[in-house]
Amino acid sequence: MTVPIDILRFNTCGSVDDGKSTLIGRLLYDSKSLMEDQIEALERSADITGGGQINLANLTDGLRAEREQGITIDVAYRYFATPRRKFIIADTPGHVQYTRNMVTGASNANLSIVLVDARLGVIEQSRRHTAIASLLRIPHLVVAVNKMDLVGWSEQRFFEIRAQFEEFLPRLDIKDVKFIPLSALNGDNVVDASPHTPWYVGPTLLGHLETVHIASDWNLQGFRLPVQWVNRPNNPTDASLHDFRGFSGQIAGGIVRVGQKVLTLPAGVVTTVKEIWTYDGKVKEAFCPQSVTLVLADDIDISRGSMIIGADYLPGCTTELHAEICWMHPRPLQAGKKYFLKHTTHTVQVIVTELVNQLNVATLETEDQPEALAMNAIGEIRLRTAKPIVFDGYGTNRLTGSFILIEQGTNATVAAGMLLPPRETVKSENGDYVI
Amino acid sequence: MTSYHLDHLQHLETEAIHIMREVAGEFERPALLFSGGKDSICLLRLAEKAFRPSDLPMPLLNVDTGHHFPELNEFRDRRAKQLGARLIIRTVEEAIAKGIATVAAGEISRNRLQIPTLLAAIEEFRFDCCIGGARRDEEKARAKERFFSFRDAFGQWDPKNQRPEIWNLYNGRLNPGENMRVFPLSNWTEMDVWEYIQREKLEVPSIYFTHRRQCVRRGGQWLPVNNLVPPKPSEEVRDLVVRVRTIGDIISTGCVESPAATVSDIIAEIAAARVTERGSRADDKSSEAAMEDRKKAGYF
Repeated sequence: MTVPIDILRFNTCGSVDDGKSTLIGRLLYDSKSLMEDQIEALERSADITGGGQINLANLTDGLRAEREQGITIDVAYRYFATPRRKFIIADTPGHVQYTRNMVTGASNANLSIVLVDARLGVIEQSRRHTAIASLLRIPHLVVAVNKMDLVGWSEQRFFEIRAQFEEFLPRLDIKDVKFIPLSALNGDNVVDASPHTPWYVGPTLLGHLETVHIASDWNLQGFRLPVQWVNRPNNPTDASLHDFRGFSGQIAGGIVRVGQKVLTLPAGVVTTVKEIWTYDGKVKEAFCPQSVTLVLADDIDISRGSMIIGADYLPGCTTELHAEICWMHPRPLQAGKKYFLKHTTHTVQVIVTELVNQLNVATLETEDQPEALAMNAIGEIRLRTAKPIVFDGYGTNRLTGSFILIEQGTNATVAAGMLLPPRETVKSENGDYVI
Repeated sequence: MTSYHLDHLQHLETEAIHIMREVAGEFERPALLFSGGKDSICLLRLAEKAFRPSDLPMPLLNVDTGHHFPELNEFRDRRAKQLGARLIIRTVEEAIAKGIATVAAGEISRNRLQIPTLLAAIEEFRFDCCIGGARRDEEKARAKERFFSFRDAFGQWDPKNQRPEIWNLYNGRLNPGENMRVFPLSNWTEMDVWEYIQREKLEVPSIYFTHRRQCVRRGGQWLPVNNLVPPKPSEEVRDLVVRVRTIGDIISTGCVESPAATVSDIIAEIAAARVTERGSRADDKSSEAAMEDRKKAGYF
């Protein structure tokens, strides 16, 4: 048996009835990732509701409410593997009111599949989903032009839709885009190449997913360790652990080595890495996204929410933030309101000081100074935190450049935020760091 | 020569350790649900990886239905002792005696009765967070779970109103009486679990491996013969060489005929399997929405 060597995370998005669930069902079915009992259950429900025809969408439309409405109402995760790769699929729904779920499903993705109905071509939802994929800096995009059977497998239609995308793609931040003509319902170009598209020379969808180069999404420049938990054994039986004080966290960027000089923020104190602990023994170096425990040479006041960083690439450290956000709550964002902001392992109070602009997803133009940002709005805002935040621009580091906003009282997660690069970074003066 | 590359198990591991530590960092009184089953065995190893050399900063909690396989409970107790962890057990029996759980006429399964028992334990110890070993690949309703799954003051899950989960930023904020269920193995598959058990050389209860057992044919499955639901004269009873693939209660866990005697054998068997692991659980088959309904009521 071949052990899969890596994981590709992808999400699917499109409008209602573009056939997302059918496409996922088809991927699972044709790649033989379905088990007999799942196929049996499909056949049972086909007899009851489908007039004998297997409905592949039933595989992912798991909740009763969804089956009743025939739409996907939440993010559903699916897992399958081929001999080449392991896949995690986030099936994210298309209708406007659930855009927040698309952001949820896409935030960790290596790749996004945007489905387009070949008959309809690019619609506002296609632009919205592509814009969100760009905003989240998802490295790879696949435009799956579905229902090609319903336009007679027309090469001309396929290239019309491609041209519609190419009109607005240059305004977005997506480097790698692949267009694939397919029919999820019949399985053309999903796993097996279609006999109906002799004019298409590219890979099938699965072929592309198996081979697309997922250059490490993880940033190996600029060491960052947001401290999650301070590790202090209470009653160690081992006397050598009596004074043990370790700082545990998942490395959010870069590489750390024993003996390396590091800066602790917001304390602003420089020290060296004495040991790197893992359960499997001490190591000489560790890298993003490993979870480790650091022991430092000096006794410094560090707690959850502090950040230990390499001094070669310096982050910003300020209370004045500028970010792009996607608003996710029915109660609109208004300037002047206080929220909690969770950034890495740090939660602070924050006040929204200015709504800078709002993105019109239909035109991809921005409108300045909106009065409020409503559910599903995307825009730029300024915020002021009660304590300084140590951060990088989201374009440089997804983990130290992202945050969520939490409404006080209800504790609802109301926004996903992506920080713009810091205007100035922490500065070194005579070996000391000024914040 | 260093390669800055993690394979799929290392990725899943670091993600799960991160979640464990977020729980320790964000909650006052967390607990880890430990049944002795294969998924919670992995959870315990991940907790060791997250917190050593310290003690685990949370007790282990198990709801004993009274219908457990004896091999499972023996393993559970032994493993907790090895780790020096505090193990809290609350039984459905006791919950029935106290009137916390009420048995419906003719109700034999303890599946539904676990729910009030668990919720009472959460209240008794004022747990604000319970870490569980559920995986999204197990079942359709679980496929929609978040890592941090919010439960209201009645312990209920509202699938239509879940908190969005973005990047690795988990919102653990609660109001009094509310509760979080956290699932660090969300992205693991059955295969990942066994590969991890193999890589970490973890011990698992003996019933996962092949053994000889008297089984009764019921509902299309081979169930272990037991005193709780004895075979009827009309039912077929056979002496079979079996193992269990997933462990539920003794009255609803189907045995699969298998010669798999080692973890490697099990991995090979799963790689070739044509039926999902939950296919051997009678409790999920009762209706297509069975799991969704139990979860809404407070089940895992």
